Amino acid sequence: MTRLAIPVGAKDHRQGDQEAPCTLVEYGDYQCPSCGQAYPIVKRLQKHFGKRLAFVFRNFPLTQLHPFAEPAAETAEFAGAHHKFWEMHDLLYENQKRLSDQLLLQLPQQLNLDPDELAEALQSGQFEPRVKADFTAGVRSGVNGTPTFFINGQRHDGSYDYESMVEAIDRILE
Amino acid sequence: MAGILTPGTLAPDFTLPVSLDRKLSLKDLRGKPVILAFYPADWSPVCGDQMALYNEILPEFEKYGAQLIGISVDGVWCHAAYAKDHHLHFPLLADFEPKGAVSRAYGAYHQDAGFSERALFVINKDGLITWSYLSPIGVNPGADGILEALEELGAAV
Repeated sequence: MTRLAIPVGAKDHRQGDQEAPCTLVEYGDYQCPSCGQAYPIVKRLQKHFGKRLAFVFRNFPLTQLHPFAEPAAETAEFAGAHHKFWEMHDLLYENQKRLSDQLLLQLPQQLNLDPDELAEALQSGQFEPRVKADFTAGVRSGVNGTPTFFINGQRHDGSYDYESMVEAIDRILE
Repeated sequence: MAGILTPGTLAPDFTLPVSLDRKLSLKDLRGKPVILAFYPADWSPVCGDQMALYNEILPEFEKYGAQLIGISVDGVWCHAAYAKDHHLHFPLLADFEPKGAVSRAYGAYHQDAGFSERALFVINKDGLITWSYLSPIGVNPGADGILEALEELGAAV
């Protein structure tokens, strides 16, 4: 019941090696404060485990609670289509408290992307199916809020503070 | 605690307030699948909130023609404020007077704590419980189990 319904694959945004012994998957929402707190923790984990850990981010916007979660997710996917997913992912979390329609359209310039193209993509819902597909697969995997982490496909039900995560990943690597 | 009602049991009927001037009876929903989600309280921490999650998943439930109902011992005003704040698009029933009576009928009342357990029931169009699940109070059960149960009903429309 609490395993990833869709295994990590080529369509995923992944940092780190496909062959890494441990893959951490996060279902997250760019406007969720808890995900904002988890963001630097994941960075620390990546630094700590190095090549032994791969990280995958999938969208799980809670649109009724967070009005900018969906456009932010589509903005990251837009950047992804230009091979700059992670740069945008980081920018979104680093600017989480200032998220607005206006800010979303300012971020592409920092990555040398065209804001007009983003505006058009948001308008037409170009990346909406991708975000929705992530969400639906998340529901099927037992995602029960944001962030929800999966470690090698298994839902992590414990706390996601740094120490707990290190411990959980160490168990996999042993 | 005798445990929650199990599949094969006829779902006990009830009538509870859904707002100050409106009540809802389970029998009124005959003819379509019903998801009963008992939960401890409104206003639990936001991002991991079970009702907020189900609210997002409503279109998935609707694919099966299913009606979702949340039930807790909170009163109608509390439910109203919570539903408004979280933009909830499904009814929350107040199992408020006599307190927890419906939760008890489903075996989903936490006597010591004085609120409902996190218990889920899927009821078929004839009013029969086909799936039930009791989650530890601190663990949001998600929706994968509900969707699998709805799928099994073959109620896809």
